Amino acid sequence: MPVLNGRELRIVGFLCNWCSYGGADTAGVARFDQPTDLRIIRVPCSGRIDPLFIAKAFMNGADGVLVSGCHPRDCHYSEGNYYARRRLEVFKQFITVLGIEPERFEYTWVSASEGQRWQEVVTKFTDQVHALGPMAPIPEVALSKLAQTEGTDLRTAITEEA
Amino acid sequence: MMLDQLKETIKTALPELDFVMGWTTGYDPLHATPLYMYEPDDVDQLIWGPLNVHNLAVHLPALRHKKVGIVVKGCDSRSVVELLQENLIDRENVVIFGAPCNGVVDMTKIRKAVPDAHFARSVETADNSLTITTDKDTHTLSLAEVMADKCTRCRFPNAVEADHFVGEKRIPAVETDPYADLESFESQGFAERRDFWMAEMDRCIRCYACRNACPLCVCRDHCVAQSREPHWVSQRDGVRDKFMFQVIHAIHMAGRCTECGECERACPMDIPVLLLKRKLGNVIHDLFDYDAGLDAEARPPLLAFKLEEDSIKEKDW
Repeated sequence: MPVLNGRELRIVGFLCNWCSYGGADTAGVARFDQPTDLRIIRVPCSGRIDPLFIAKAFMNGADGVLVSGCHPRDCHYSEGNYYARRRLEVFKQFITVLGIEPERFEYTWVSASEGQRWQEVVTKFTDQVHALGPMAPIPEVALSKLAQTEGTDLRTAITEEA
Repeated sequence: MMLDQLKETIKTALPELDFVMGWTTGYDPLHATPLYMYEPDDVDQLIWGPLNVHNLAVHLPALRHKKVGIVVKGCDSRSVVELLQENLIDRENVVIFGAPCNGVVDMTKIRKAVPDAHFARSVETADNSLTITTDKDTHTLSLAEVMADKCTRCRFPNAVEADHFVGEKRIPAVETDPYADLESFESQGFAERRDFWMAEMDRCIRCYACRNACPLCVCRDHCVAQSREPHWVSQRDGVRDKFMFQVIHAIHMAGRCTECGECERACPMDIPVLLLKRKLGNVIHDLFDYDAGLDAEARPPLLAFKLEEDSIKEKDW
């Protein structure tokens, strides 16, 4: 049973195919306990990650985003994670101006053999996001507009019109 | 007189060029409009002063195959340099005419100060003031009062690169940008900041003027805002899509934006979108000690890396 049963948050994890995805797998094979809030998306390399993936995840209701790739000097494609490191650091500092706490986004390096480290990373990050709690959703429609239509069932309004 | 000197310089250079871009008086004396000078006679219409708000560098990439001249303010010249750095224009096909800039006006501030500014009959610009005569009244405004915010923190009033520089170089308003606007915005809590953007984005009409006025928004027909595959933003008019578009625009400017402020100037709803780019500019400056648009030979920081980064701390976990 997950420790945080019923109190899970939505955390999106972008993991590099060659290291961190393997690391998460290693942690699973070794049966290390981990929180279950994280939904993993496997990407070919941390260098593949456009910071906009992360922005989009937050827009669509993620409470936290974790990016994990190979350790610097260990990249399967030699230098993908070096570019990623710069981009992700810039993005992490940028989101504060949007009103997103920088602790909701982390990037880290975990190799395929580091099951133990993966457990540590995912636990600490999940705790960190839980400490902040769920993120106020970025509404599809402005709250002021919603307030105007409140009380009207839009669906009936449309059918009645027709 | 500096303007006459500028006109003479352009006239001398004109035979070698297809045309030269500058500004002239638009539909009313308060609004300038871009001017294309093909003949020496056209040059006589040229104006220079606080009404030259547009950044004409936005037209350069589309004119790559032509040999064009461009009149620039200091901030415009940084956009030109950035376009050169990114190999979007060719140095031998562009002739840059620079002159010292004393700041440009913010039309929103003028509208606030002079409610009947839309009925301006004549505008006199002096070095530090402008006098607007409307049907009812004559208003004299100090330039400092109605100047665009970017000009109050201007570090480059003179073109950073120019083939012809006319006039005496001005002293910059500040040595280094203190980012005071950003600091005061970020003194708020995270929830307040998000609420601020939600309210601002609610006003956005998705006209994309911010994108179209931006000299560095160069994807043109491939803009992610309009692509179906991948479908980054929908066609809805909700705040989320509009906010996402601004994040896309800002991120695509990371390490490239020269903070010319065209996005904000062009915005018909006065949404302070430059703030997002200012934040990125500040981050890039702090992390990589880099300012865009100063050196055409420099390597943009996000297209490079160091094995050991100086300013990026590795995580302890």
